[in-house]
Parts: sequence; structure tokens; C-alpha cells
Amino acid sequence: MEILKYIIKRILQTIPLLILVSVISFFIIRLSPVDPLAELKLNPSISPVTVEKERQRLGLDKPIIVQYGKWAFSFVQGDLGVTSTGEKVSQKLKERIPNTLLLTIIVILLTWLVGVPLGILAAVKWKTPFDRILTVFTSIGMAIPSFFLAVLLLMFAVKTGWFPIGGLTSPDYADMSFCGKFIDISYHLVLPVFVLFIISLAGLQRQMRANMLDVLDSDYVKFARAKGLSEFKVVYKHALRNAVNPMITLLGFEFAGLLSGAALTEYVFQYPGLGRLILEAVLKSDINLVMASLMMGAVMLIAGNLIADILLIITDPRIRGKA
Amino acid sequence: MIKEVLTQLWKDKFARVALIVLGIIYLMLFFADFIAPYTKDFSDRTMAYVPPSKVFTIDESGKLSKPYTYNYVREFDSQTLEIKYKFDRSQKHYIKFFSKGQPYKFLGIIPMKRHLFTTDSGGRIFLLGTDINGRDVFSRLLFGGRISMTIGFLALFVLFPIGLLYGGISGYFGGKVDAVMMRFAEAVMSIPSFYLLIILASVLPSGMTSTQRFMLIVLILALIGWAGFARVVRGMVLSVRTQEYVQAAKTIGASDLRIIVKHILPQTTSFVIVAMTLSVPSYILSESGLSFLGLGIQQPDASWGNMLKEAQEFTNIIYRPWLLTPGFLIFVSVLAFNLIGDTIRDILDPQSKIRS
Repeated sequence: MEILKYIIKRILQTIPLLILVSVISFFIIRLSPVDPLAELKLNPSISPVTVEKERQRLGLDKPIIVQYGKWAFSFVQGDLGVTSTGEKVSQKLKERIPNTLLLTIIVILLTWLVGVPLGILAAVKWKTPFDRILTVFTSIGMAIPSFFLAVLLLMFAVKTGWFPIGGLTSPDYADMSFCGKFIDISYHLVLPVFVLFIISLAGLQRQMRANMLDVLDSDYVKFARAKGLSEFKVVYKHALRNAVNPMITLLGFEFAGLLSGAALTEYVFQYPGLGRLILEAVLKSDINLVMASLMMGAVMLIAGNLIADILLIITDPRIRGKA
Repeated sequence: MIKEVLTQLWKDKFARVALIVLGIIYLMLFFADFIAPYTKDFSDRTMAYVPPSKVFTIDESGKLSKPYTYNYVREFDSQTLEIKYKFDRSQKHYIKFFSKGQPYKFLGIIPMKRHLFTTDSGGRIFLLGTDINGRDVFSRLLFGGRISMTIGFLALFVLFPIGLLYGGISGYFGGKVDAVMMRFAEAVMSIPSFYLLIILASVLPSGMTSTQRFMLIVLILALIGWAGFARVVRGMVLSVRTQEYVQAAKTIGASDLRIIVKHILPQTTSFVIVAMTLSVPSYILSESGLSFLGLGIQQPDASWGNMLKEAQEFTNIIYRPWLLTPGFLIFVSVLAFNLIGDTIRDILDPQSKIRS
């Protein structure tokens, strides 16, 4: 019961945050000297009626506060307007968001599966050559610009022909069986996932190593050792549980970092995700699309933090006590 | 304190190498006009995408000779439909050191003509090839580095005062002020930083001079990072403000601003230094990412990011690998900054010494 109450409180807290985010984004975008309807007007396939409708919907002839109110009202109702090519923004987002989520979730799972054990190992073998070499490798991983790594891998893909060059699906995707589709998508995901994996692995491994070193230094671990428990039990039964807990907070941060990192990677690999969508929208100054994808990015980030917090409440009774 | 940190840095093997590497890079960037054989805007349209020049020190007859190079000539192979570059062996171009070449203004002030190395007037030396406009990649690397390697620092100098003051005020007053200020900071942090970056960059009006654009990009980079930094400062201030010396200052009648700036914020110095060195690389990376997308530093100005823009084309990455050199430089300098940052953290924060 106590937990549920806390979780609900935490969820309610996100609402004012979202409103504030939308106000900030709205004003930044309205700062731009570009006419929000310029692209729409230039497009011959869009009738002046649609343009006029859009002007009415955005309330462009009214003061900016009213414009925001209009925008927020239709946003809550799920009406996100049309893109400069006349498509529905919500439709576009529906296509792109799952792709970005797919990419980031796979990367998070992979980094945790690899990064946490590597962090533990490095802590247990602290100051051995193994630890040193790992530190060097993670430093290298942290220093490569994500887009540069993506370009290098693309070069590799083009030269060897072992991997598809960008995109998410092959041209004949529609005709494939379910299994074929699954394999096709996985095949296309290998390189983007690899880039983001390398970039985010380093931070996670270092954090895990630091936590583990902290815990291994604590009194109860010394006590467990003193009482004659095997090293294996000390590390994996006593120390590990406490070292993993703070990592959950990191989950939210990692998600935030990945959303940003994914934008450039998606761009290089021509991956149909939210990051590339917002980039294309920005380059075409497609205001509706920019605003909507910015909000969706923020929603995803806030949701990621929320999930991390809730997980933490469930796993760590100390936090419940504080609340 | 600074002297102590530096001596300890020098003792660390990795940090020493990193310091030397960065020292060489910055020295080269400082003397860029002199080291680069060509000026930033020099272009030879007939020499687009020329591969790196080869420098010969042994001539055809096998004798040691003064270093010389051949010009490239473009040839079209009608069989394979490829453009090929071949040496024009008819004429040797000797490399001349410290001799007169293209005029430039050293550091923008002192007019000079001497370059570290050039060739005679008919020859061209492109150590790292040329780009699509026939501009020397090596020279542009040096000029671009000036922008890429300073923009991060400048952004930090804008961002840290803002973050310090914001976090300081928020933590010192607490209560409602704190709640409102922190909600705002959290909202800024809730927008994926790269999304915010590209949107702010796209809002910039076109038709600015390159200096204006540079300053605005510094400002944008600073706008991205202040919130997270302010939050940490606020946490530190919260724990400091109840201490006795702060109470003492209050009783004497010091103003709130004075207490924050003179008494509380200095407590955060070592954290600030560590945070600064650790965040320089992320700003270098942000700038290069932004310019890579074409939203940062614009042509004809060079930055490592916008030079890599050409690497977006398949034909370039496969047939013209020399265009990738800016990427390696970004990598090396970010790595060096990271190593130094890690070491400084160990020195200033002994508690974390066991950690990394």
C-alpha cells in the first residue's frame, strides 16, 4: 500500500514537469524567425484551405500565450497537426517512436548484460592488469564520437558487404515471413546497436566498478570475510546486491543519454527513428513536427526516469522509509 | 594548490602523455598560420579530392636528395570510368623550409609570409590531400582545430558562473525559491540534450558573420549543460549553508549575495575544477556533432565537425579516407582530456581514489 501511494505521488509529480517542458519548448521554437506555415504554403499539393485551417488551429494571429493555450489544448486531445508534406504528425510519430525505443532498449539490455559483470570483475580484480586493460578500453570507447564510429562502421559495411548499409528493413521486407522479418530487422540493427553499445558501455562499467569497490570496502563485507565465508559468497551474495541498487538510478540517465546519442547514429545509418525525424524536421523547419517530437522525446525521458525511480522503490526499502 | 595538482598530474604516466599530446596540439593550433602551408581559404579547383602528396627523399637514380614532391594530374580512365590521380613526373617540386609563401596575418595581427614548409610556386603540397573544393586538408585541420578545441572551454566559462549562481541561490534560500528554481532546471534537463541542441542551433538566423555564429554556438552549448551542474552545486550548498561560519557571516550582517559568492561557493572549488575538466570533452563532442549535421560552424570556416561532413558520402569514405582525419583528432584530444580529468579527480577527491 505504502509503495503504491509513493508510486502514484511520483507519477503525479511528472505532470507539472511536462507542462513546464512544453512551455519551454514552445517558446524556444516560437523564437525562430521562420514562418511556421512557409513550407506548407509552398507545397502545391496542399490546398489553401488546409493552410488556413492550420493557421486557425495554431492561432498565429493571436498573442503567443493564446497560441500556447491553443497548442496545449489540441495536444492534450491528441491533435498534433500536419507536417509540411501534409501528413499527420501523430501518424509519423507512431511510425518512428517504436523504432527508437527498440534501438535504445536493446542497447540498454546489452550494456547491462555486459557492463555489470565487467564492472564486478574489474572491482574484484582491482589494480590487476585485467582491470587496467579494461580501463584503457573503456576510455577509448568514451572518446570516440558516436557519429565517427558510425561512419567507420558504415565504411566497414560497404567494403565487406557483410552488413546492410543503413535503414531498418530490406526492400523486400513486406513479402517476408514472420521469421524472415525478425531476422531482417535484427540484421539491420547490428551496426547501430553496436555503436551505441560501445559509447554507453564505458560509463556503466565504470559506475558498477566504483559501486562495487565502495561496497567491498564496507564493514559488513569485512565481517562476512572474517566469519570465513568463501570469496564467491562474499562477492556475489553480500556485496553485489548493494552495489547494483544505485545502478538503477543510472538507468534513467542512461536512457536520456541514449536518446541524444541515438539521434546522430540514426542520422548516419539512415535509421527511421525519432532522432532522425526531429533532425529532418529541424532542417525543413517543420514546426509542428519539431514541437511534437521534442515533446515525445521529453515524455520518453521522463518516463524512463519514472520507471527507474519506481524500480528503485521496489528494490530498496530504505527509500520507501524516507518517503 | 594549482602547482601541487600539476606536479601530481605530471607524476602519473597516462596523464603525462595526455598533457604532452594536448600541449603539442595546442601549440600547433597556436602557430597554425605558420605551420599550415596554405591559408584557410586557399583553394585550387583543379585539384579537388587529390590524395595526399608523397614526399620523396631519394631520387630516381637512388641518390639521397633534398625532399621533393610531384604534382598530381587528373586522368580519366575510359575503360573503368574512374578518375585517377597520377604523378606528373616531368617536374620535381622541391620542398622549401621557412621560405615565403602565401601572405597571412599571424594571430590576425602581424602580417607575415614565411611558412614552415612550402613548395616552389608551381608545386602543391597537400600532406593530407584535399577536399571537394581543392582545399588543403592539413591546413584546414589546423584552422578548424582552433575552433573545435576552444569552443568547449568558452562554453564552460559561460556555463559555470550561471550554474554556480543558480545553484547557489537555489540552495541558499531553500524553500519555495528552491522548489521553483529546481523544477525549472529539471524541466530543462527533461528535454533530450541533443534535441535541444539542434533546435536551438536551427533557430539561429542565417546571414550572421562567422564570429557572431561562433559566439552564439558557445552560448547554445552553455545553455544545454547549466541545469545539471546547477543541481549538483545546489546539493552542495544545501549541506554547507547550515555551518557555523555561514551563521557568523549572517550575524555580522553580510548580504545574501556576498555570503553565497564569498563564503559558500568557494567550498565547491574542487568539485568545479573536476567537473570542468571532465566536461570539456563532451562539449568538444557536441560541437563536432552539431557541425557534422551542418548546424554548427558553417563553411567556409573550418571545424573538425564540419570537415567530417564530407564523410557522410559513401564514395568519400571509401575512396578518400584522408577526409576522415578530423575524426581521429577529435578522438585523440577527447581521450587526452578524459585521462587528465580522471587524474585530477583522483588528486582533488582522494575518496574516489579507490574508485578509479
